[in-house]
Amino acid sequence: MHAADAGGSWRVLNPRGAHALAVGVDAPVEVEIEGHAGYYCAGMNKQATVRVHGNTGVGVAENIMSGTVVVDGNASQSAGASGRGGLLVIRGSASARCGISMKGVDIVVQGSVGHLSAFMAQKGCLVVCGDAGDALGDSIYEAHLYVRGEVAGLGADCVEKEMRDEHLAELGSLLERAEVDGCEAAEFRRYGSARRLYNFDVDHAGEY
Amino acid sequence: MCGIVGLFSKSPEVSERLGADLSAMLRQLSDRGPDSAGVAFYRNPAPPGWTKVSLFSADPRQDWAGVRDALGVADPEVHGSHAVFVIEADAADAVEWLRERYPELRVMSAGEAIEIYKEAVRPERFIETFELDSLQASHALGHTRMATESKVTTDGSHPFSTGLDLCLVHNGSLSNHNRLRERLRAEGIEFQTENDTEVAAGYLTYRLREGATLEQALEGCLDDLDGFYTFAVGTKDGFAVLRDPIACKPAVMAETEDWVAMASEYRAIAVLPGAEEAETWEPEPGRVYSWDRTPV
Repeated sequence: MHAADAGGSWRVLNPRGAHALAVGVDAPVEVEIEGHAGYYCAGMNKQATVRVHGNTGVGVAENIMSGTVVVDGNASQSAGASGRGGLLVIRGSASARCGISMKGVDIVVQGSVGHLSAFMAQKGCLVVCGDAGDALGDSIYEAHLYVRGEVAGLGADCVEKEMRDEHLAELGSLLERAEVDGCEAAEFRRYGSARRLYNFDVDHAGEY
Repeated sequence: MCGIVGLFSKSPEVSERLGADLSAMLRQLSDRGPDSAGVAFYRNPAPPGWTKVSLFSADPRQDWAGVRDALGVADPEVHGSHAVFVIEADAADAVEWLRERYPELRVMSAGEAIEIYKEAVRPERFIETFELDSLQASHALGHTRMATESKVTTDGSHPFSTGLDLCLVHNGSLSNHNRLRERLRAEGIEFQTENDTEVAAGYLTYRLREGATLEQALEGCLDDLDGFYTFAVGTKDGFAVLRDPIACKPAVMAETEDWVAMASEYRAIAVLPGAEEAETWEPEPGRVYSWDRTPV
């Protein structure tokens, strides 16, 4: 699946929680995983579309570069961690640290996300149609966070921000690309960096 | 890294093959913990007035018949380096007598239904040597260990007994175990190793002795233990699961009409019959989950 002229579609049957399925794919192929996957499924994905018809373990689409990864069920911790591009869609919920250190990936979660999601997020969008756990966006840089439900708590330097037209357009387009029905962009709130941690300031020593 | 598995039967068919199913789960997590392995099975309850005791001997030529004759009881069930005796005595008296008479033997567990087996060998070999595949049980916990905090020995292996019919398995590491061990020693809790998990087990024993329920004792861990942990605690009637508030260590749970299972990774649950159709979820951090069968 790594050859430049590779194409077509692949099916993975009986994954039974196996680790590292469809990792490092670098071709415009379609991969269907028929069941629950283990750790690091679709890690480092480039170009490919990977669909998991089940749940995924820790680190689905970790360091995704491009392409699309769709999880029909729930995802465990660190979904989309450090992803640089592409789209990760989770139809169920994601647990702790979803989008940790994201660097350009767009993540759409139809359910809720656990604590410390978007920790040190640098670029890209995290869209949560349900609720977000504690310490959302802790030490965030420039990623855009959109949450429709309750936020249990914001992390250091993460604040609610005004939802302007360009944000509504960005969010609307992401919901469409993720094929999420029953959610309007206007129902979400936007969160992002207050940019107070960029430079050391002794008055903020307690927040570092 | 370590691996934890737990299986709780809700049907006679599952109880009948529980040893085989738990062994299959444990084999899946062998590479999470190749240093040692252990299990606690809850089975064949002793009659009222009797106590079941699991004994470990480091001597491969241990004379279990001699122990049997000294106790004046029926033949023990021997699995590997362990023997399980059913003794007509209350637990405290039986354990005290054994420790005095056979100081070279280690009492791994005591109670009505619990049997603990553990050994510092690879999990696959452990399962084979101890013939776990053939055991029937109502529920069981298992552990594969990759040691971080103390020596690779059978004594440092999990499960740790935390009182009558109670045991603990742990994935993680505790950082305040030395200080807490001293505090608990001052309260009269005994420790046999330098292991961090034994301190968590001792903490639970202490809290239960002071009148806490199992749920209260586990919730106390959130305040009093510093470190990473996913715990599974076996009780006479079921088991409970707790993850530390940051959820450093993994855990998956699944339930069908026939069984409840927990494991460090889903692939250990995937080997169970009906796993594809099970309701499967990740336990939330800092929350106690427990299953009990109503005592008849």
